[in-house]
Amino acid sequence: MAQDEKSGTDIAAAGSSHAEHELVNAGTAVIDPDPFENPGFPPHRHRVTDENPKREKRAQRTVYTLFYLSIVGSIWAVAAYMLFPIESGDPTDIRLNNMFFGIGCALALLAIGFGAVHWAKSLMSDVEQVDERHEIGGSPETQAAAAKVFADADEESGFSRRSVIRNSLIGALLAFPLPAVVAFRGLAPQDQIPVPLLYHTMWRKGTRLALDPSGAPIKASDVTMGSAFHVIPEGLAELEHGKLEEKAKAAVLLMRLDPNDLHPSPGREDWAYDGIVAYSKICTHVGCPVALYEQHTHHLLCPCHQSQFDITHEAAVIFGPAKRPLPQLPITVDDEGYLVARSDFTEPVGPSFWERH
Amino acid sequence: MNRSKPRRTGRRHPLATVALIALGLVFTGGGYAAFSSSTAQAETVANSQQTIDEGEKLFQANCATCHGTGAVGTDAGPSLVGVGAAAVDFQVGTGRMPMQMSGPQAQVKPVQFTDEQTKQLAYYVASLGPGPDIPSDHLSNGGGDAANGAELFRINCAMCHNVAGAGGALTEGKYAPPLTETSGVHIYEAMVTGPQNMPVFNDLNISPEDKRDIITYLKYVQDSTPVGGFELGSLGPVAEGLFIWIFGLGAIVAITVWITAKSN
Repeated sequence: MAQDEKSGTDIAAAGSSHAEHELVNAGTAVIDPDPFENPGFPPHRHRVTDENPKREKRAQRTVYTLFYLSIVGSIWAVAAYMLFPIESGDPTDIRLNNMFFGIGCALALLAIGFGAVHWAKSLMSDVEQVDERHEIGGSPETQAAAAKVFADADEESGFSRRSVIRNSLIGALLAFPLPAVVAFRGLAPQDQIPVPLLYHTMWRKGTRLALDPSGAPIKASDVTMGSAFHVIPEGLAELEHGKLEEKAKAAVLLMRLDPNDLHPSPGREDWAYDGIVAYSKICTHVGCPVALYEQHTHHLLCPCHQSQFDITHEAAVIFGPAKRPLPQLPITVDDEGYLVARSDFTEPVGPSFWERH
Repeated sequence: MNRSKPRRTGRRHPLATVALIALGLVFTGGGYAAFSSSTAQAETVANSQQTIDEGEKLFQANCATCHGTGAVGTDAGPSLVGVGAAAVDFQVGTGRMPMQMSGPQAQVKPVQFTDEQTKQLAYYVASLGPGPDIPSDHLSNGGGDAANGAELFRINCAMCHNVAGAGGALTEGKYAPPLTETSGVHIYEAMVTGPQNMPVFNDLNISPEDKRDIITYLKYVQDSTPVGGFELGSLGPVAEGLFIWIFGLGAIVAITVWITAKSN
């Protein structure tokens, strides 16, 4: 049983009896007249290291051996770093260096950890003890002294009295973060509202379809039955700035099917050319590149979340979390037989955003 | 000289019989291997009328049940007119054909025909209609530009076959097979013919030299030593995550139990 002198209240502790409970300041709690007795600790059971000096010696040996082993590990790590240098350019060097250096470091740390735990468990005192809680707040004198320090500081500095100085300081502190806000704003696109950017891609009426990554234009006759071409708009490969941003929106997969397999909806009959169709490669779920094309089932699979699109039915979603079909790029051929876009995509590519659900 | 045990002179060591049998096995097996490889090298299959006739016999006996006499196709199998020698060499040479059983896709199994018979079948089918031919050694030996091949592989192949060529799952039981053991000739043939559900990558999409670079990259991945330790199948986050969740967390749980257990 322990008693806190300052608060004058009793705290029920191990072994307290029924009579002592009457001393507890119960507040509004309902006191059970016959509460459950605290059974206290079970009888103390000695460890083998407490009773057998030989076992104690052995435990001691184990602990210092582990600590010595840790030293060996550290020294080995240093030696391994020099013995297995990454110099010849052979990737095997990296493997040997990493492995032996890592084994040394792991041994050094693990041996300290296991040694310390074994020490505590087998040799340090194992008698259970109770540390009583105490009031979190200080004594009234301490609290008064602390409050006086603040009052004195306010009096001596004149923080409350000299309001002009105080207010100008607050103003200065408020103004200080503003340059950071301006600087971080500079990282965002300038003079561009992001929403229209999401509605448009690099494709224009007449833009030729080109091979990724070479940028060579594709003739309709090149695309044989069962083919899958990875396509970028012509000119993207030569872009100086924003190449990846444009590619992330404009990437297209080009496939050739039997024209009889296609089922275009009214108004989209001329979006394909002789069975050649072009669909956005950006998944409408969260924007992974959808390019796992099965040439017999004509299914497109997204590797991230297993959405499946049926190319024969305008890339309708037939499985998985995607909500919309992949946008189709309307295509035709120009005078020289090259595949060209009829227009940009007629809807935004990729996943939903605030303005598009 | 050990003169204290004169009885042992002239007698066989107890292990002598075992050694003799092992030696005999090594010579027989080695001799057989040398003989069979020398005969394989000696075979050069010419695209002659005799080859085509032999191939037709093999085809009628082994393939016509599904693909029809004259390879025109039946309900059970597609027409092979115009698929070319490359398709036959790939399908038969990797053991996919003759197909063991119907399923989502033909499985790789031990090859059923010798190299010579495979070539005879291939040239018979090639004689039925023009199609892609078996690539030359120059295109399939992996002597190209591995860096260019790696870029082309990432754009055209890695989404299905995994960036390290470890393969991956497709829909409804179909899968892209691993390319870790595939020969250069078979990789080339797969690209030009598009076996199973793989799209066709014709020479205007990926030029023969680019195909050679892709094979070079895959050969580089096949031959290079992994520097990251355990690859766990090169499958990426799923295999690695499963490993660390089971073994990493398992080790942490075990150590926690040990730390909190009472010492005896």
